[in-house]
Amino acid sequence: MGDLANAQSDDAPLANSKRSEAAAEAAAQIPEGRGDTIVNAAVTINKPVAEVFGFFRDFANLPRFMENIERIDVIDPQRSHWVVKAPAGGSVEWDARVTEEEADRLIAWTSEDGAEVPNSGRVEFRDAGTRGTVVTATILYDPPGGVIGKVIAKMFQREPAIQARRDLRRFKQLLETGEIATPAMNAKQFEEMGL
Amino acid sequence: MKALAWHGKHDVRMDTVDDPGIVNPRDAIIKVTSTAICGSDLHLYDGYIPTMKAGDVLGHEFMGEVVEVGAQSTLKKGQRVVVPFTIACGSCYHCGKHQYSACPNGLPADNQDIAQELYGHEMSGLFGYSHMTGGYAGGQAEYVRVPFSDVGPLVIPDGVEDDKVLFLSDILPTGWQAAEYAQIEPGDTVAVWGCGPVGLFAVQSAFLMGAERVIAIDHFPHRLELAKRFGAETINFEESATYDALMTMTGGIGPDAVIDAVGLEAHGLFVDNVIDQIKASTFLGTDRPHSIRQAIIACRKGGRVSMPAVYGGFVDKFPLGAFMEKGLTLKTGQTHVQHYMPALLNAIMEGKIDTEFLISHRMPLSEAPEGYRMFKDKQNEVTKIVLKPGLDRVAA
Repeated sequence: MGDLANAQSDDAPLANSKRSEAAAEAAAQIPEGRGDTIVNAAVTINKPVAEVFGFFRDFANLPRFMENIERIDVIDPQRSHWVVKAPAGGSVEWDARVTEEEADRLIAWTSEDGAEVPNSGRVEFRDAGTRGTVVTATILYDPPGGVIGKVIAKMFQREPAIQARRDLRRFKQLLETGEIATPAMNAKQFEEMGL
Repeated sequence: MKALAWHGKHDVRMDTVDDPGIVNPRDAIIKVTSTAICGSDLHLYDGYIPTMKAGDVLGHEFMGEVVEVGAQSTLKKGQRVVVPFTIACGSCYHCGKHQYSACPNGLPADNQDIAQELYGHEMSGLFGYSHMTGGYAGGQAEYVRVPFSDVGPLVIPDGVEDDKVLFLSDILPTGWQAAEYAQIEPGDTVAVWGCGPVGLFAVQSAFLMGAERVIAIDHFPHRLELAKRFGAETINFEESATYDALMTMTGGIGPDAVIDAVGLEAHGLFVDNVIDQIKASTFLGTDRPHSIRQAIIACRKGGRVSMPAVYGGFVDKFPLGAFMEKGLTLKTGQTHVQHYMPALLNAIMEGKIDTEFLISHRMPLSEAPEGYRMFKDKQNEVTKIVLKPGLDRVAA
């Protein structure tokens, strides 16, 4: 892993590299990484790191701001079952396992064998002083049906790069304001629009 | 309820739409008593702003009575409030710095993608101003859902009439911020392009901030007359050569600060403007920025450029060389309305700022489509239209 880290000559995140081999290097940094496509996104949340980490670590909270997650069943502290919306009204499910965890600093996961969309990732939390907490998510995944699947997914805006960015924005809104912004004029419109 | 809805270029109609209701705990529902048509609404009317959808309810300058509150709202039913056009949460990093128009928490996450692609970052949500700014229904309606009602709306004391305070929602803070961004020093000469509402409030504000002279530039005689009323000298660009006149009037130095209060629909037939019109109509360039070019060229060396005018896309022939060689400073941005509202309310109450002079027409809300036509076609006489839903209620 030391050699791989040296391949990058600057301080930019590997997921933002222009080098074609960088994705594999980034994958190697995620414990038990699965997948060949990597995305990352970061957001700064104006709350103490313990509060941000604690909210995220309770996986049952995630569907409140992650639009395409239908539900997460927590099996035990390390294992959970994820039900995720897929393009065209379908859904995909998998079991996930926490592979690395350090309180108030990071949490990493991987999908168990047999997942329809193998994925793994790591979310890092950094105390940013008066600005709150920087949350950086790096997700490695295998898009369904390769490139064509990715194009289709993008049309439905369930493509992980877009989705991750939006989910982090909602995470920020929920923690900073106690609610998630919506242009819905009333409860009925909100039902139709969803998150 | 009845609301003014956009249906396309030069096509706005009174539609019957869903009544708003509480969605989030910090919401309040406002029964609109006064709402104005803004110059920037004409940008929507003229089809210059992308991401509009048929049926979008317009209006971002409004005030009214609180009729319903969410569990976390601090407003009380019956209170009269002016609502800032920028939707800001009050608790994020930017709100903490009073940069309310940079608050990302009022803009729905999905709507942030467009601005992030176009500008590199999302902006605050706005009422009634396209889906890029959130797709919120606006205030040219009988009722409005107002998010973050615990931190945004300003409660107005009893006995102060709507027409005095309505403009706290946008144009008065915008004119004030424009003057503040001009960083006026005592003895300064400030030139203001555009004597629309923002320009006229910038004229008043510049004098209050210590400007010795303000030179107002427009081509509508009535609007120049209003600027003169507040002590400005005037240049009618159809009668006089603006740059030459400014140089002579300032002894060759140029204005110490220049304010562009015109923006993306600059009028007048100048060579670069004609090229801009062709490019805008063929989507080669979305903005027609004659005024900002002229302001930069006229500004004195080491001077300040303040740009409250709305620009949305890209411009070319921006005089970057003049900007650099003369060592100018530019300050711009959507207005941080919440930051200025309380002090400006006091200034109105103390009689330091006149707001009502601006209102040329008061109409029932139902006549809003006619109001848009008038505002577009008769800019000399029509300085500001205030729509009053109450006039419809009386008639009905």
